[in-house]
Amino acid sequence: MSIFVDKNTRVLVQGITGREGQFHTRQCIAYGTRVVAGVTPGKGGQKMDEVPVFDTVRQAVAATGANCSLIFVPPPFAADAILEAAEAGVSVIVAITEGIPVMDMLKVKNFIQNKPVRLIGPNCPGIITPGACKIGIMPAAIHKPGGPIGVVSRSGTLTYEVVHQLTGQGIGQTTCIGIGGDPVNGTNFIDCLEAFEADPETRGIVMVGEIGGSAEEEAAAWIAANGTKPVVGFIAGLTAPPGRRMGHAGAIVSGGSGTAEGKIAAMRQSGIEVCEDLGTLGEMCARVFG
Amino acid sequence: MKIHEYQAKALFGRFDVPIPAGRAAFSVDEAVAAAEDLGGYPVVVKAQIHAGGRGKGGGVKLARSREEVAKVAGEILGMTLVTHQTGPEGRLVKKVLVEQGLDIAKELYLSLLPDRGSAKYLVMASEAGGMDIETVAAETPEKIVKVWIDPLIGLQPFHVREVGFGLNLPPAAMKPFTRLLTNLFKLFVELDCSLVEINPLVLTADDRVLALDAKVNFDDNALYRHKDILDYRDLDEEDPLEVEASRHNLNYIKLDGNVGNMVNGAGLAMATMDIIKRAGASPANFLDVGGGASAEMVENGFRIILSDPNVRGILINIFGGILRCDVLAQGVVEAARKTRVNVPVVVRMEGTNVEEGRRILAESGLNLTSAVDLKDAAAKVAAIVK
Repeated sequence: MSIFVDKNTRVLVQGITGREGQFHTRQCIAYGTRVVAGVTPGKGGQKMDEVPVFDTVRQAVAATGANCSLIFVPPPFAADAILEAAEAGVSVIVAITEGIPVMDMLKVKNFIQNKPVRLIGPNCPGIITPGACKIGIMPAAIHKPGGPIGVVSRSGTLTYEVVHQLTGQGIGQTTCIGIGGDPVNGTNFIDCLEAFEADPETRGIVMVGEIGGSAEEEAAAWIAANGTKPVVGFIAGLTAPPGRRMGHAGAIVSGGSGTAEGKIAAMRQSGIEVCEDLGTLGEMCARVFG
Repeated sequence: MKIHEYQAKALFGRFDVPIPAGRAAFSVDEAVAAAEDLGGYPVVVKAQIHAGGRGKGGGVKLARSREEVAKVAGEILGMTLVTHQTGPEGRLVKKVLVEQGLDIAKELYLSLLPDRGSAKYLVMASEAGGMDIETVAAETPEKIVKVWIDPLIGLQPFHVREVGFGLNLPPAAMKPFTRLLTNLFKLFVELDCSLVEINPLVLTADDRVLALDAKVNFDDNALYRHKDILDYRDLDEEDPLEVEASRHNLNYIKLDGNVGNMVNGAGLAMATMDIIKRAGASPANFLDVGGGASAEMVENGFRIILSDPNVRGILINIFGGILRCDVLAQGVVEAARKTRVNVPVVVRMEGTNVEEGRRILAESGLNLTSAVDLKDAAAKVAAIVK
C-alpha cells in the first residue's frame, strides 16, 4: 500500500519538453511510473520519446485519462500551470518548481481549497512509492520497497539523507513525500500523517521539519490527539540565526516564533522521538521501529 | 529584499498613501537645504539604515532651526549606529531623511503581510503604536486587531471598517484612513510585498492620518516582475561576500563560526550546520549550491568560503540527486587548483555517480579528507578546528 499515488497513477508532465522536464520524465519512466502525456503549449502533436505532447492539460486529460500532473514549469508560469491542472480535473498535482511568488501561491491555495484535488509542493522533490512509482526528482536508488515506514519532509536532499540512512539500516519505505520548503504549500504534515495513519502497511513515520512557521507544532498536536503509530522526528536549523531566510522561502525564524527549539519541544511533548544528531537518525529509527 | 524608509515613502507617495513632507539627504548641506525647503521648523532628521530601533540608538533627532539641522545631521551622518537589529558592530550611516515635524495626537500601528498559516492576507493594527509590536502582542494582545483577507476577493470596505473601528478612530479620521488603507493594500499586492509596516501611523490634531515611518520588504521570488524595485537595492547594507555569492546565484549567508561548509539543498545545509555545532565547532556560513549546480558554481562557492578569513576548515556535504557527485568533484578540484587552499577540507559525498566523484578527488593529488558518512564527517571536522 501507499499514500496518494500508486502503480496505477496515470501521470502527465507539464513542462515535459524543457531540460529538467525531459531528464526527470525519463527517470520516472525508467522507474516504472506510468507517464501517459506531456503538456507544453505550442508543442502539441509532438512526442517526447514515446510520450505524446499536448498544448493544454484539458486535451491531455481527455486523450489519456491522466489523473496526476507533475509540474516543471518555470516560476513565472507555475501558478498558472497548477490552476490549469486543477481545472482540468486531475486529482493529484505535484509541483516541483522552486521560487513561485508567495502572492501567486496564496491565490492558488485558496482556489483549490474546495476542489477535489491534492497539491503536493511546490518547491519539493515530489512523491515516491518505492517499487511502484516515482513522481518527482529524488534519486531512485536510495529507496527500499516494501515499507513499513512512511517519510514526510519539508526538504529535498535532507529527505534523501534520511531515506538513505533508513535503507542502510534495512528499513524500507511505504511512501516518501516532500511537502516543500515554501511558506504556502498544498499538502501539509497533517494531511500526510492522516494518510499514513490510515495506511495499514505503514507501521511507523519519520517526519522531517525545519525552522519557520508552525506546521511542525500543529502536526505534533495532531499526533498527540490522533496518532497510534511511532514517529521519529528531526528538525533542521538549530544553529540558524533569526531573521535570515535560510535558503527555503519558508525557513526563517521571525519574532521568536518558528525556532527549532520550540518545534523539538512540541514534538517531544507529543511523544515523538526527536533525533538531534542527523548522523545517527538511521540508528534511532532501527531502535524505535525495530 | 529590504529597502530604506525614504525609498518606502517614495513608493507610498506613488500609491497616494499620505506621508509627511520631506526628502533624503546625503550630506549636511543637502540636509540643511531639504529642511529649508520644508518651509518651517521643527523638522526631524532620521538615519537611513536597514534596521529598526534607530531612535533609541540616537539615529533620529528633532531640529528647531537651520543651525540645529546642520548640527544633528552632522552628528548622524557618518555615525556608526548600533541598534538591537544591527548587532554590536553597528551600521555606518550614509544618508538621512529630513522630514517636517507633525502635531501628533495619537500613534497607531498598521501592517500588512501574507499569513502563511491561514494562506490569507493579514492586516494587523493597534492603538498601541510607536512600540515594538512583538511587545504589544506579548503584553497586551487585546490591543491588536487582526483582519484576514481572502486573496481571491481582496480588500473589501467591511475589512477597512473592521480595522478602522478596531482602532477607535475619531469619526472625522475614518474617511482619510479608508483611503490610506485601500491605497496601502494596493501597494502591498501589486508590488509583492512580504511585509508593509507603518509604526507609528499617526493621527494629527487636525484628524489627518499619515505614515510617520515606513517599512517595506519584498518577496525575492517576485522581484523578476518588479525590475524598478531592484534599483532600490543598497549593496552597502549587505555583507560583501553575500553580494558576491548572489552574483553567482549562490545562496550564501555569512555566520560567525570557523567551519566553512558547502551543501546542496537548504534543509541539508541547515542540518549540516547543526552537525558542525554538535561536534563542538561552529559554522562560518550557510551555503546551498542548489540542486542543479554546475562545476563553475561549486568553484565560486569554494572561493567565497575561502575568502572569509575566519575559516579554519571546510566541510563539503553533497547528497547527489540532480547534482551529480562527479560534477561536484570536478568543481572542487578546479577551485582548489585556482585558489590557494590553506585550510583542511573534509568531503562527504553520497548519491548519484558517487564512485566517479570519489575517484576524481582521490586522483587529484589534493589534500582532501574523505568521510564515509555524516557522523564521520562531523568528527573529522571537529578534530581539525580543535
